[in-house]
Amino acid sequence: MSTLVIAEHDEQRVRASTRSAITAAAVSGDAIDVLVAGENISAVAEQIARLKGVRRVRVADDAAYARPLAENLAPLITGIAGEYQAIVSAATSFGKNLLPRVAALLDTDMVSEVTAIIDSTTFVRPIYAGHLNATVRNTAPLKIFTVRATAFEPAIEDEATAVIEPLAAGETSSLARWVSSEIQKSERPELSTARVVISGGRSLGSAEKFQQLLAPLANRLNAAIGATRAAVDAGIAPNEYQVGQTGTVVAPDLYIAVGVSGATQHIAGIKDSRVIVAINHDPDAQIFQWADYGLVADLFESVTELEKSLTH
Amino acid sequence: MKVVVSIKRVVDHNIRVRPKADGSDVDTANLKMSINPFDEHAVEEAVRLKEAGVVSEVVAVTIGHAQHQDVLRHALAMGADRAILIDGDADLSSRATAKVLLAIAQREQPDLFLLGKQAIDADAAETGQMLAALWNVGQGTFASRIVINGGKALVTREVDGGQETVELALPAVVTADLRLNEPRYLKLPNLMQAKKKPLETLSLAELGVDTSSHLQLVKVEEPPARAPGIKVASVQELVEKLRHDARISL
Repeated sequence: MSTLVIAEHDEQRVRASTRSAITAAAVSGDAIDVLVAGENISAVAEQIARLKGVRRVRVADDAAYARPLAENLAPLITGIAGEYQAIVSAATSFGKNLLPRVAALLDTDMVSEVTAIIDSTTFVRPIYAGHLNATVRNTAPLKIFTVRATAFEPAIEDEATAVIEPLAAGETSSLARWVSSEIQKSERPELSTARVVISGGRSLGSAEKFQQLLAPLANRLNAAIGATRAAVDAGIAPNEYQVGQTGTVVAPDLYIAVGVSGATQHIAGIKDSRVIVAINHDPDAQIFQWADYGLVADLFESVTELEKSLTH
Repeated sequence: MKVVVSIKRVVDHNIRVRPKADGSDVDTANLKMSINPFDEHAVEEAVRLKEAGVVSEVVAVTIGHAQHQDVLRHALAMGADRAILIDGDADLSSRATAKVLLAIAQREQPDLFLLGKQAIDADAAETGQMLAALWNVGQGTFASRIVINGGKALVTREVDGGQETVELALPAVVTADLRLNEPRYLKLPNLMQAKKKPLETLSLAELGVDTSSHLQLVKVEEPPARAPGIKVASVQELVEKLRHDARISL
């Protein structure tokens, strides 16, 4: 038997989180097929075919999949689910929207946001905003799960190339119609998989100051930029920057929190980072309890100095 | 137009939970319980749709026992018209919960079924999508905006990297994100009025739903603690420590 990974892409590139899902799928030792659905996606299929561990790429190239509507993608997946013993995707907004619909159609329970795979039936996942870990056994014949991308290294390319096969489109529905998207195109790495993340809190004061202060350092370190919920709610940072329980969960090598107080829901999204640096003018800020290196100092002076000291 | 909102009673978000001594489950004994925050946003949205004249009736539903009536009264105080308590174990799997909610959807025939995008205890974010699948309707997950117009729901969703708007035929399932609205504060008169509103109890057996699950909880534990950190005195010392102690290539 084999495992099916559902790929996510932007029509040009496969998302890094999908590469992490492939690594998670490889834990079982079974052969891995990757389903990529979309329109004009041969470049994406070729990238996936070069990834280590992939046996076959199944390409559903059809206008019906030009937008990733769960209402259309779920029947495509259930149509081939019988060939697999596991169906996996990353726990991104794409995967979290889609796989529960697939699982319900197949009358199967699923396990979401897996951070560790003990064996083919036993999974670890965070609960209560990451304050606790639950170990769950899934007795369903078909294991459906999403994985937290930060918990698995992205699959790398290797010499072998997987077979690429077309997959006929499934039934489409009129239940949902895509209207518009506002996705911020950024030259920076994806927040969820960046090796360095720099986040700002509300105390940065304004959207202009937020960018002025954090962008040069982020450029220097090739970092993604994040923000607290308070900063987003105050209009200082865009929604997609939000890091935490209800935003993006990150686990970079280096997390630099600038003017971040350290609310529980923010900590839930950063506590698996390898090294956490906190810069805050308030010596009593909660964030210092989680930081490997804490610096009590003026935000503007210290971030500017940090950027300069790394440049020279 | 009718809206059903499902809510879950969870440990209050300000409470730090711990595993039971034997690690078999979460120790929730004697902890303060509240309405799941995401569900509160769902109730708020339903009530606002009613206040805007779009919706004529708001029905709140939860699964649990007698003590779970408090979250239904909370929803009634916010402005829901009536409530249904489904007498049964509140800790069903997402799939079993979706099956119970499907039975309610078939019984009540709402135009819109609202839920929070996830419950802050299990953090699974599955039930709404599963209900939509079983009910064979469209789903607007992680919603930050809902506009009802001409028998359709225009739903703006918070997705990685930005926002997406989809149009759903009604009936549909929508799951609420935090930016959908700002839930109102309850005043004493609201709470008094809520006591007079109808609250009906149904048993799981009456609904005839199979709530068995494929999932077994093996254990619950605290994640490994992070080693305590240090304070540095200057940016220079920070860079030194990052390069030499933490071995980060800067």
